[in-house]
Amino acid sequence: MSRNNKLQIILDGIVRNNPTFVLVLGMCPTLGTTTSAINGMSMGLATMCVLLLSNIVISAVSRFIPDKVRIPCYIVVIASFVTIVQLLLQAFVPSVYEALGIFLPLIVVNCIILGRAEAFANKNGVCDSACDGIGVGIGFTIALTAIGLVREILGAGSVFGFKFIPGDGALAFILAPGAFIVLAYLMVIFRKLTSDKA
Amino acid sequence: MSKLLISPSPHVHSVHSTSTLMRDVLIALCPAVLVSIILYGLPFVLILAVSIGASALTEYLIERHILGRKSTVSDFSAAVTGCLLALNLPPCAPWWIAVVGSVFAIGVVKMTFGGLGQNIFNPAIAARVFLLVSFPVIMTDWAVPDAFSGATPLGAIAEGGAAPTLGFKELLLYKVGGSAGEASALALLAGFIYLLVRRVITATIPVTILGTVAVFSGIMHLVNPELFTGPLFNIFNGGLLLGAIFMATDYVTSPMTVKGQIIFGVGIGLITMLIRYFGAYPEGVSFAILIMNCTVPLINKYCKPRRFGEVRK
Amino acid sequence: MESNFKNMTVVLGTICLVCSLLLGSVYAVTKAPIDQAGVAKVNEAISQVVPAFDNVPSDEIIKIDGSEVYEAKQAGKTVGYAIKVAAAGFGGQIQMMVGFLPDGTIYNTSVISHSETPGLGAKIAGSEGQEAPPRAQIVGKNPRTTKIAVKKDGGDIDAITASTITSRAFLKGVETAYEVFLKIKSDEQEQ
Repeated sequence: MSRNNKLQIILDGIVRNNPTFVLVLGMCPTLGTTTSAINGMSMGLATMCVLLLSNIVISAVSRFIPDKVRIPCYIVVIASFVTIVQLLLQAFVPSVYEALGIFLPLIVVNCIILGRAEAFANKNGVCDSACDGIGVGIGFTIALTAIGLVREILGAGSVFGFKFIPGDGALAFILAPGAFIVLAYLMVIFRKLTSDKA
Repeated sequence: MSKLLISPSPHVHSVHSTSTLMRDVLIALCPAVLVSIILYGLPFVLILAVSIGASALTEYLIERHILGRKSTVSDFSAAVTGCLLALNLPPCAPWWIAVVGSVFAIGVVKMTFGGLGQNIFNPAIAARVFLLVSFPVIMTDWAVPDAFSGATPLGAIAEGGAAPTLGFKELLLYKVGGSAGEASALALLAGFIYLLVRRVITATIPVTILGTVAVFSGIMHLVNPELFTGPLFNIFNGGLLLGAIFMATDYVTSPMTVKGQIIFGVGIGLITMLIRYFGAYPEGVSFAILIMNCTVPLINKYCKPRRFGEVRK
Repeated sequence: MESNFKNMTVVLGTICLVCSLLLGSVYAVTKAPIDQAGVAKVNEAISQVVPAFDNVPSDEIIKIDGSEVYEAKQAGKTVGYAIKVAAAGFGGQIQMMVGFLPDGTIYNTSVISHSETPGLGAKIAGSEGQEAPPRAQIVGKNPRTTKIAVKKDGGDIDAITASTITSRAFLKGVETAYEVFLKIKSDEQEQ
């Protein structure tokens, strides 16, 4: 296992296996929480924490888990980490906890996490799985921040909460339809930019 | 790219070309446009010019510089979209609203899906809904300089007020307030007749929409006249005529067969009335058309005409 | 590992046990800060709607008709009442706090949570200095002398442009709070 290999795993998570723009996984939080750049980033980071922890634990214990109960075991592990992240946010960053609302506990059923556990962590070592968690987590965070940023600029006329035009923007971008429109266009741009490398 | 195009039947051949059709639609819109110009004057002329100009320019720029193909501006379809959009705006809306609406209509709704013939939604109506959701205050500000200010008849009812009594003449000839194109039912009907005579559209969709609205609101009005407004009020108020005649009949976004068109029309009529009676918005025609636009591929699939010689199962 | 009954039970059981231990300890660590944050939030909302006080109003909740009433005291003397009410808005419940001075004058209001339309009714929750007309205009008014209703309904208050229903709901909430306030007053006089 060379260092390059680990870097490659992380890069794969960001570009080639980008959960949002390439795998199109975890759409519910993607569409639901990206009303602003800061909300999107918080959601991305919270998901990354859970993903990293669950990938590490699952890759470490997967040898001992009987095949038929592996999904329940993964779910228990993931749900525990989600609840821990949720409690910590509620205690120390209540504003983020309130902004993410129902989408925070719903990280449990985010298919990215179960997907990475099933597709990567249970076949690979602890180190590689951690790298995969970081890579996919960063990829998810970048995607959500980008979507949130575009929606915030167009919909509220602000960047990370700093207003640069007075008044409201085009509210449709803050509402649900804007999420779909922005996601679609960013997906096109992302694929256009990365298609040469693939 | 293969040069052979495969498309589902019917492969209709007719003397109409896109540009003659679109020119006829523009001519049919003339009476309504004229009434609005007389009623609202310069502000509306500005909106109209900006809408048409911005629509055509957006189409030209996207086709030439992003898609890199021959521009189709000369087929007038962008002009029709711009004209319909202007008629769907408050007559004295700021000019940039028309620009944003045009860019959305052509850039997002039409060109993203591949241009004329490929779009799922009617560009003008989708842009109107986008603007309504995005700039609700501007899009519901029907104020006209020193003439009229306040809620439209439908708006007044949505806020819990009583239905204003409007004379039949007022409804049919012209009235101030509401979108630019709602002003005169008579002008819209004149356009409808022109389109029918020129065989640009058939009467199926508009008639089913209006019929559904009349029947549904008639029944509800009989059940409880205080809570639900009657058929005449609902047909001649708001954008129903404009939507039914000019936007629901868009070739690209409406079903191909008569049976499909009837389903389509009934759906629009029902959804419109449900939104008007029970929904949050006072007017529902544009939402209804948009929702039914989504169902067109499905309707087309299930209302295929029987193949010649095919045995009914 | 083989998927027999014993293995599956033992592994799943162990994982559940470890996880619940972990969760329990995190819960124990975060309980105090979470409670504190909740109390701080309530007191913060109270401090926005009544004059300066030195007691901890959240410790002295009075419940009347399902509304929570917090009494704010400065040096033992009542300086205002913060009354938490809910009103049926356009998109759901508007949770709000209305502050009255002891004589019934409205000191200030704050909207705790709402689900009104962004750009329209949502303006009701505007932050300090950018309060929507209904909120700005009722400050310093006494519902006994001012009709708390939008102008369209014959009242003295401007509605938010194109958001009459939200404005109405908000003012209805203020009225409910005033009724609760009157009840407190009459209860006090009986004592």
